[in-house]
Amino acid sequence: MDRRQFLKTTAAALATAGAGVAPWRAARAQTDPIKIGLLAPLTGVVASGGKEMVEGVQFYLDQVKNQIAGRKVELVIEDDASNPDTALQKARRLVEQANCHMLIGDLLANTGLAVTNYVKGTGTPYFIPIIAADDLTQRARIKNVIRIAGYSASEFTHPLGDWALKQGYKKIATISQDYTFGHEQCGGLAQVFTEGGGEIVQQFWHPLNTADFSPYLGQLADLKIDAIFAMETGADSTRFIQQYAGFGLKAQTPLLASMNATDQSVIRTLGEECEGLIAPAHFAEGSDNPVTQKFVRDYEAKYGKIPSLYGFSMYSGVMWVAAALEKMDGKVEDREAFIDTVLKTELDGSPLGKSVKLDAYGNPIYDVYIRKVVKRADGKFWNVPLTTYPNVSQFWRYDPEAYMKQPPYSRTYQGIKKT
Amino acid sequence: MTAVQGKSAPPRSAGMARGAAPIAAIVVAAAAALPLVLSSYQVGLATEVLIFGILAMSIDILGGFAGRTSLGHGAIFGVSTYVVVYATAQAGLPPAAAFAFGVLAATLIAAIFALLAVRTSGVYFLLLTLALGMIVWGICLRWTQVTGGENGMRGDVRPALLLTHSGFYWAVLAAATIVSYAMWRFVRSPFGLTLRGIRDSESRMRSLGYNVPLHLFIGFTVSGFFAGIAGALYAMFNNFVSPSTVALAQSVEGVLMMIAGGVGTLFGAFVGAAAIIALENLVSAYTERWQMVLGITFILIMVFAPEGMIGKLRVILAHKMR
Amino acid sequence: MSSFQLLNGLTFAALLFVVASGFTLIFGLLRIVNLAHGALYLFGGYVGYTIATQSGSFVLGGIGSMAAIAAIGFVLDQGLLRFVRGNELRQVLLTLGVAFVLKDLALVIWGGDSFTVPIPPMLRGGMRVFGVFYPTYRLFVLLTGLVVFAALWLLLNHTRLGALIRAGVDDAEMVEASGVNIRRVFLVTFLLGSALAGLGGLMGGAFLSLYPSADAEILVFSLAVVIIGGRGSLIGVGVGSLLVGFLNTLGQVMFPELAYFVIFGPMAVLLAFRPLGLFGRAT
Repeated sequence: MDRRQFLKTTAAALATAGAGVAPWRAARAQTDPIKIGLLAPLTGVVASGGKEMVEGVQFYLDQVKNQIAGRKVELVIEDDASNPDTALQKARRLVEQANCHMLIGDLLANTGLAVTNYVKGTGTPYFIPIIAADDLTQRARIKNVIRIAGYSASEFTHPLGDWALKQGYKKIATISQDYTFGHEQCGGLAQVFTEGGGEIVQQFWHPLNTADFSPYLGQLADLKIDAIFAMETGADSTRFIQQYAGFGLKAQTPLLASMNATDQSVIRTLGEECEGLIAPAHFAEGSDNPVTQKFVRDYEAKYGKIPSLYGFSMYSGVMWVAAALEKMDGKVEDREAFIDTVLKTELDGSPLGKSVKLDAYGNPIYDVYIRKVVKRADGKFWNVPLTTYPNVSQFWRYDPEAYMKQPPYSRTYQGIKKT
Repeated sequence: MTAVQGKSAPPRSAGMARGAAPIAAIVVAAAAALPLVLSSYQVGLATEVLIFGILAMSIDILGGFAGRTSLGHGAIFGVSTYVVVYATAQAGLPPAAAFAFGVLAATLIAAIFALLAVRTSGVYFLLLTLALGMIVWGICLRWTQVTGGENGMRGDVRPALLLTHSGFYWAVLAAATIVSYAMWRFVRSPFGLTLRGIRDSESRMRSLGYNVPLHLFIGFTVSGFFAGIAGALYAMFNNFVSPSTVALAQSVEGVLMMIAGGVGTLFGAFVGAAAIIALENLVSAYTERWQMVLGITFILIMVFAPEGMIGKLRVILAHKMR
Repeated sequence: MSSFQLLNGLTFAALLFVVASGFTLIFGLLRIVNLAHGALYLFGGYVGYTIATQSGSFVLGGIGSMAAIAAIGFVLDQGLLRFVRGNELRQVLLTLGVAFVLKDLALVIWGGDSFTVPIPPMLRGGMRVFGVFYPTYRLFVLLTGLVVFAALWLLLNHTRLGALIRAGVDDAEMVEASGVNIRRVFLVTFLLGSALAGLGGLMGGAFLSLYPSADAEILVFSLAVVIIGGRGSLIGVGVGSLLVGFLNTLGQVMFPELAYFVIFGPMAVLLAFRPLGLFGRAT
């Protein structure tokens, strides 16, 4: 092997790699559209949620014929693979290569945190209708990260704690996926419940993707409690609900769940075992509000399934962005003004059927329903509101400054009142 | 980015040393000129190619020269990333010190892996390194106080001087050049020859009196050292680390890059890294089915070109020369 | 340990046994570490789910999944693995590529929602055993594990095919030299191993559900079982399944933090010091 061979090898290698360059150049042809970068987990553990996120966005854009404030919309979709490293890489690509004016999406908190870290440096507006990590709109708030149409993890479990007290429950045990989202939801419930005199008897934390809940169910069955609170998402939720019923626990102890546990994405593939489960949320697909009903009907007609929180939240998120842009004549390039307008926009016309606005920290205030899973006339299951808590913010009834002085909820800090 | 792969100097034959230095210089110069023609995003990609190229090269030291393919190098790489981010974000150390600690940590982990793995070979070596890598991943995932658990850790790791895309790229290019040269000298040294002997016939080396486990141990640790350098550079590149940095997928990609470039070609690692990263960018623009494309690529390479691109080119050229 | 935990460990071990026995047959005889085994499990589960829900019959789902996965196994062996025979490393990496493809294909066909194979009506509900109320279906899984063990035992020890397989595990060249068409034995073994993965998928799909990362999880468990129990040994798989099944159940209850180490720790230790596992034999 000598120089000649080496040169040939080099040339061949260059040619091989050169083939990859051309499409990048082509993609840079610019017109004047509003470019929205959508990040969603299309592969990986939460792939089904990711797909619905994309559907929710596309559903809205179809309805407005892909135009916002007179400008065309270009949606660039990237898969974050349920994984923060990939999310970061794709965020970079969307901002630096595709020149998106804004980013929206992500599902898992860790992907959201990774992207947040990146946009902190670039100032790109990043909207997170699904990411619920409390601190992004509390202690670790960054101005250009806005939780439009989303919710903070403990926002809905605060009122659930109150509702549980009103049901006369005195002792509750919690079981949850062992990560921040779970800690925060349980913390929200635990704080309000214990401050009202209730007792959290025991808390179980299990790794994500637990196939077999039997070890936990066995222990739960032996406890003397009035109810169980389960914070589960995705496949864990499916399995938990089935195993809870299968082991006979359903007949014995009522189950309070997190919104994700009884979300459509889960109960769609379940049967009778999900009937009667209680969960708090801002959205109830079985609500009799006419705007909600229309949204559900249209969505079902288009996609053949009842919308889940992923589809609904992203739809509302893009709607919110559109509403803000309308007010600004579509000048999305003026970042400062764009962010300020979004923060001040009150969303009318969302599928919730009522207007929604953000609090001073970039997180929405909602009327929270305590919902129950019931069977529809056609045999499918959906969530119907039992009672409503109006105007709930992420801080519940606490003063924001005082609330933020307490540590964020974690495995070790659950807000439990010391007696 | 296009010129980076040109560093595919055939390192095996000792006879090419004379022609290689000017070629290498031209290649490095061309690589250095890239930021002038590429967009800043593409420069970022080129930086990644260099970083992962170093990782793939470190795997090649064992895979190509000692005959032992490891599925744990992603974890070694990632440990360095974690330590660098931790050192900067939590312990407030300056970049150079953080970098040093990261590399040290990776080398230590590699040494531990090596202690357990030197007695095995082939598939068992693969499985053992896989299992050890998974243990590291499990620790990073569960030890939330230190590693941030599944949220990972953020830090402002990159030194202020290198904040621009191009600036950082040049620094990484310099590092990659030095490191590649070091690895090249390592595998061509008498020690490297011993490793190749072990790859070719372990029993013969043993009967000749060589301490095979010791050689493998040192080889593994050295390869871990270089993987650690790649990991530390990655920490500076991303300013972020999470369990996926140490996951099995990282090791798998590293192995794939090594194989795509050519096992035992050393510099083929950069070709492989460039090919895989280019492919991923290309594919993701058109479809979400990157996993499937990756799988098919793996299959095609294993069936048709297990000696990798550079290896295949060599074979073709060798036939032509006859 | 309560009877409850005991049964939990046993039933999980039974499922692991069904899946891992397929893996060890292939690993033991063909020396192939089939990293696509988990994907075969998942695919088999999805296919079985589709058949079971469409036809209303769980049994049909079982037969269907076994047949489908055996077919995929056939394609894998004859269509792909034949190009890399004899090279262990290439085989492993090839199967890894196949795993990626199958996994993504499953995502395209069935989507990312999680599915549960419907339990046949007579196996629903629970019964009192050893003083606890336990789901009947899980007991059925336990029973199936035992039946599969018995069937494999008979196959390996009382049939000619079984004798050939055992001989091949010890020394494939000798078997070939004695005039037997070892290629056919290999193929049959591969099909059998794959079918077992498919069956495992259907059965597991009923109480553990099917979702995009189930393949990686079951693969990891199967690897642990086979490494710990020993390559190519039926007793090894049995003992390995029991150990891993119980370690997992106990680990979840006692040290939920360390779930991984409880499995990977022993696996790594064994690989380092006794790669043959507890019952494996050197060739």
